[in-house]
Amino acid sequence: MSAEGTALAPGPPKLELRGVSKRFESAGREVLALEDVRLRVAEGEFVCLVGPSGCGKSTLLNLVAGLEFPDRGEVLVDGAPVAGPGPERTVLFQDAALFPWLSAIGNVRFGLRLRAEVPKAEREERARALLERVGLGEFLHASVHELSGGMRQRVALARALTAEPTILLMDEPFAALDALTREQFYGDLQRLWQRSRRTIVLVTHNVREAVCLGDRVVLLSARPGRVCEEFGVDLPRPRDFNQVEIAEVAGRILRTLKSHLAREDGGPEPAAP
Amino acid sequence: MKAGRAVTTVVFFAAALAAWQAVAGKGTRHLFPPPTEVAAYLVRGTADGSLLGAAWVTLGRLLLGYGIGLALGVPLGVLTARFRPAADTLGLVALGLQTLPSVCWVPLAILWFGQSELALLFVVAVGTVWAVMLAVDGAVRSVPPIYLRAARTMGSRGLHALLFVTLPAGLPYVVSGFRQGWAFAWRSLMAAEIYVTVLGGFGLGQLLHYGRELHAMDQVLGVMLLVVAVGLVADRGLFAPVERRIHRRWGLAA
Repeated sequence: MSAEGTALAPGPPKLELRGVSKRFESAGREVLALEDVRLRVAEGEFVCLVGPSGCGKSTLLNLVAGLEFPDRGEVLVDGAPVAGPGPERTVLFQDAALFPWLSAIGNVRFGLRLRAEVPKAEREERARALLERVGLGEFLHASVHELSGGMRQRVALARALTAEPTILLMDEPFAALDALTREQFYGDLQRLWQRSRRTIVLVTHNVREAVCLGDRVVLLSARPGRVCEEFGVDLPRPRDFNQVEIAEVAGRILRTLKSHLAREDGGPEPAAP
Repeated sequence: MKAGRAVTTVVFFAAALAAWQAVAGKGTRHLFPPPTEVAAYLVRGTADGSLLGAAWVTLGRLLLGYGIGLALGVPLGVLTARFRPAADTLGLVALGLQTLPSVCWVPLAILWFGQSELALLFVVAVGTVWAVMLAVDGAVRSVPPIYLRAARTMGSRGLHALLFVTLPAGLPYVVSGFRQGWAFAWRSLMAAEIYVTVLGGFGLGQLLHYGRELHAMDQVLGVMLLVVAVGLVADRGLFAPVERRIHRRWGLAA
């Protein structure tokens, strides 16, 4: 571990991005999605990445998940470069990505079946326990099209937890949910995190959501995405989305974000509040 | 509303039957027998077992030939969807041969396999395989990438991902392909049975053929009706509900 890192992060970095750049082709044009991104995430930390639409937040998450690879730089997990997707880093996608041909418990079982170390006899019990933990004990055998958006996302969370990931990656998991469901989710997710202390990296364009959930809010600039500012959030937990303090911190971050956007010529559309 | 529609349908068919009964049998009885005679043949054929026996033989051939068509079509479709060289070669073969009416395979089948059971199965399988292959190809290509990404992050890859993610995800299209393949198989077998006179088994097509040879128009029309009935039961009674249920569950239909 390098000496400079110890001063920044409270523990050894669980996840580290070193000068990561990523470009991709869009409509025949090369687009630089991320440029020289540096980020350290400590073990057990809850980090929220915030930035305007199209700043490469999801790309960054895909790099950590091992679904894509950086053009330059390195993505390190526990000091080793990411070589591909792995069960220690599962992703919660925006639209849940549940398999509609399986029931709620079937989806969770799918994840468990891929873990050789879980004995066959235990799968059913574990799947049931996981669904009960996310509050869906009564919907074990419901098929996906019978579940609401919030319930689907809960099943997806249970499915993501089957792998017992040490890093949970969340790609705008609440963007498609209604306000009430979302706020309920904020409470549940905080409780879950406080209990298990997994490392969580959550991507969102909602600054208040980031402040409500994260230990740290990392601000990404518009394309190409770069880390332009970081904010520690040391409000006591569990936090309520409607707390005044959250609105205050979020307001400060939004002002910073806007000033960054204004500095960039052309000025892409500002982030949604 | 629904009862009204049923009334329309019943009235139409009753009127059609009455018109048939009125027009038929006026001097051309051997060419155009009335529905009562066709019905009498159906009753007779059922009673002496010849109709059901033939239907049974035909169904056996259909299931076997169709099964062979599926067993070849599914892996070939996966192959052309996944490997570009296969798409550029086998994919084009399938595209071309799919346009060939399967009755065109009959002369070749007779020369290769003689008047045999094998010739029939060949025609059915070759009539089924291309449609199934193209449907599976399309199904595999249309699987939303998010499913595969989710599966990969949980550690699913290779054959596991193909069997437990790609194919189930594409099932709505696969089933539509199976349905189409079944329709092709049914048409292929009828064409083949009329041409291939196997001594080993007497199917509906052969019953139709001998109806013509014997100038038994009541038999010809009766068998035609039975062929329609079998086709309807399989398509509307079996495939359509399965397809509908899958589409709903996969969230493809409102």
